[in-house]
Amino acid sequence: MLGNEAIAAGLVENGCAMATSYPGTPASEILAGIARLKIDTGRPRHVQWAVNEKVAFEIAYAGCMSGLRTAVSMKQVGLNVASDPLMSAAYMGVRGGFVVISADDPGPHSSQTEQDSRLMAMLAKIPVLDPDSPAQARQMAKLSYEISEAYEIPVMLRPTTRVCHARQDLPPAGVPGEEATVGFKKDPSRWAATPKFRLQLHRALEEKLDALSADPRTAPRLLNPDAAGLRAVAASGVAAAHAREIIQDLGLWETLPFYQVLQPFPLHRSFIDEILGKYSEVLVIEETTGVIEMQIADRRRVRGKQDGRVPSVGELHPETVESVIRAFAGLPGYAAQMPTVPGRRPTLCAGCPHRASFYAVKKAAPRGIYTSDIGCYTLGLNLGAVDTVLCMGAAISQAAGFYHAHRHLTTRPDIVATIGDSTFFHAGVPALIDAVAQQVRFVLVILDNRTTAMTGNQPTPATGVGACDEPLSAVDIEGLVAGCGVKFCRTADPYELEPFIALLKEAVSFSREQGPAVVIARHPCLLDRRRVPSDRKPVQVVVTDDCDGCGYCLKHFECPALVQVKGEERVRIDPGICSGCGVCLSICRNHAIVAVDPGN
Amino acid sequence: MTEIEAKRSQIVISGVGGQGVLFVTRILAEAAIRHRRPALTSETHGMAQRGGTVISHLKVGDFASPLIRPGAADGMLVLKEENIAAHQGFLRPGGWMVVNAIEAADAPGVACGQIDADDIARQIGQPKAANVILLGFALAWLDGSNVGLWCSRRDIEDIVASGGDGKRSEDLAAAIDAGYAQGMKS
Ligand code: SF4
Ligand code: SF4
Repeated sequence: MLGNEAIAAGLVENGCAMATSYPGTPASEILAGIARLKIDTGRPRHVQWAVNEKVAFEIAYAGCMSGLRTAVSMKQVGLNVASDPLMSAAYMGVRGGFVVISADDPGPHSSQTEQDSRLMAMLAKIPVLDPDSPAQARQMAKLSYEISEAYEIPVMLRPTTRVCHARQDLPPAGVPGEEATVGFKKDPSRWAATPKFRLQLHRALEEKLDALSADPRTAPRLLNPDAAGLRAVAASGVAAAHAREIIQDLGLWETLPFYQVLQPFPLHRSFIDEILGKYSEVLVIEETTGVIEMQIADRRRVRGKQDGRVPSVGELHPETVESVIRAFAGLPGYAAQMPTVPGRRPTLCAGCPHRASFYAVKKAAPRGIYTSDIGCYTLGLNLGAVDTVLCMGAAISQAAGFYHAHRHLTTRPDIVATIGDSTFFHAGVPALIDAVAQQVRFVLVILDNRTTAMTGNQPTPATGVGACDEPLSAVDIEGLVAGCGVKFCRTADPYELEPFIALLKEAVSFSREQGPAVVIARHPCLLDRRRVPSDRKPVQVVVTDDCDGCGYCLKHFECPALVQVKGEERVRIDPGICSGCGVCLSICRNHAIVAVDPGN
Repeated sequence: MTEIEAKRSQIVISGVGGQGVLFVTRILAEAAIRHRRPALTSETHGMAQRGGTVISHLKVGDFASPLIRPGAADGMLVLKEENIAAHQGFLRPGGWMVVNAIEAADAPGVACGQIDADDIARQIGQPKAANVILLGFALAWLDGSNVGLWCSRRDIEDIVASGGDGKRSEDLAAAIDAGYAQGMKS
């Protein structure tokens, strides 16, 4: 069972009645797992992908205000989007149990930042649990509900990539837990508190934290109580799993007391007293920021990130943990390290419609500024068609910013923003409204592949189906764009490359004179299982002798099915990868890529 | 507990996104679980799955950490030859490596098996099946050696057969067989 599926099981087994999410690696499989359980058992009663993390949070929060156990899951940068309701929900508290799952990505493997969600829990003043494995994540889902209800407080569960995407042999999900009876009880002094009441709520929150830092259920555990020694190690999350295995492998289990911290914030007071009282030195190992460490006020005996013994940047690989523990325990030698060899860079799939769109963008606005956004299409970087990637929705607001910054120039650069359909819904719409009002002269290309592709093809509001494949209403992107006040909005299939380039050129000239122009590049993602089968036949392409090996198609189109074998001049098509989209037929300047008639 | 049950095994599966590294990892983990041995894996998801370097760690036996340390892996299945430079460091001295490549890899100090799984995949009309062909090859190649995997070809075939619709399982079984046959020859 995948870590994320274990979390899903833990939530549903313990009576989760509503679960919401916005997809993001490494959190995406949590809601997908819950949806699968709902398809099998009919529960939880409500499972949904929301338009963004803030909306997801608020929906699940209203559920717990109504007495239900609910959960919202997201990746760490998604929590930034949901931070507004998080801060306030901490004050108002909960009635039914409420778990906020924020999955961190030390490394980072698939994120813009390595931020530590536990700091967000500190900021909001809510407890956070830090699982070391899928099994523990599942147990902590239960524990989260228990303490959430005992203290009427949202609880954060903070797995990291290595927990989310670890797979462990675990018993399959049990029967869904009993769901609580629903009933919202009005209490405006709490649920709509004015600043005066907020002060009281803040005071109450501090009292809850105080009690939480003494609750035995979440207290740190000494895993080798027989170990005798004057130095101890404390760790949390997957770093604790690495440390446990390494301490055993190095033969230190009898001599190096090892604590696992389950709740990094608020850190248990008695634990701080114990480690400072019993040991001459305590090494703290955690990812990514020194959250446990910073709560131990007396620094003289603490070793960790602040004194540089444990790295503060990047993932703590087990070999790093081994080196740190060896040095701390005075063992000779170093852990073997991996060489740093650059890996292969990711690329858009063969036949991905975005590749055609990016090629067209470069043709229509060759010296433009290209702002882009978060999704598979970030890989437009490889094609030189992506200059900026900041955060969800920023393609549009940054385009506006570049316009305002350059607009006094006599020759302004053209500005083309690319954004995926899901990202457009998530955070692009308010920025587009702003751009219309401010008369920003730019072209927005909405890469509408009908799905949230990067994270595993979750539906978007335009898909018209829900998390469990149930039919829902589909939001019309053209109508939405027109509703924002955009005067130029046209839709086309980027596979029809020549007309698509012509359309983009038209949009660019419109934008120079009149304001925002929107082109919706519509073609389904090739990996989407919901994709409506097209009547378009795959084209069998070959490279003829006219190929002079100039490499233009490799450099400017970069389809992974176009390969140049060492020692050969001519480019080849890899039939195992080629999707038969036929777009490359229009790319080669020597017309060396041709379609073969399937008849012969 | 027999010796083989008590033994801990650590295997790295290396490739690029789209080759089906996760699929092979899951089958092998499932096989371990069927032998009542604890299995812990770490997978690559997200952006790297779009054709970037992908690696799975698979640990069978009593482990806490999902990741394999450098110099600790017993063996490595390599679906993309170019990854050897980046990932060979995981192998312990005397470890083994089974590589999908046109020619035998040059890896001193390592028992190295080689199969052109992409070519066989094309021959059997399943261009995307190099992953299970390599697995079939490894099962045969390692069979009888003292570093063998924790499972037999039968185990793998049972898992594949129970895994879904008829046509797909048949294709997979044929691909595993093709790799296995090649492994018996070498
Ligand atoms: S296929 Fe065309 S563009 Fe590519 S290398 Fe050959 S001639 Fe150049
Ligand atoms: S037809 Fe051309 S562009 Fe399309 S996938 Fe095949 S090689 Fe790539």
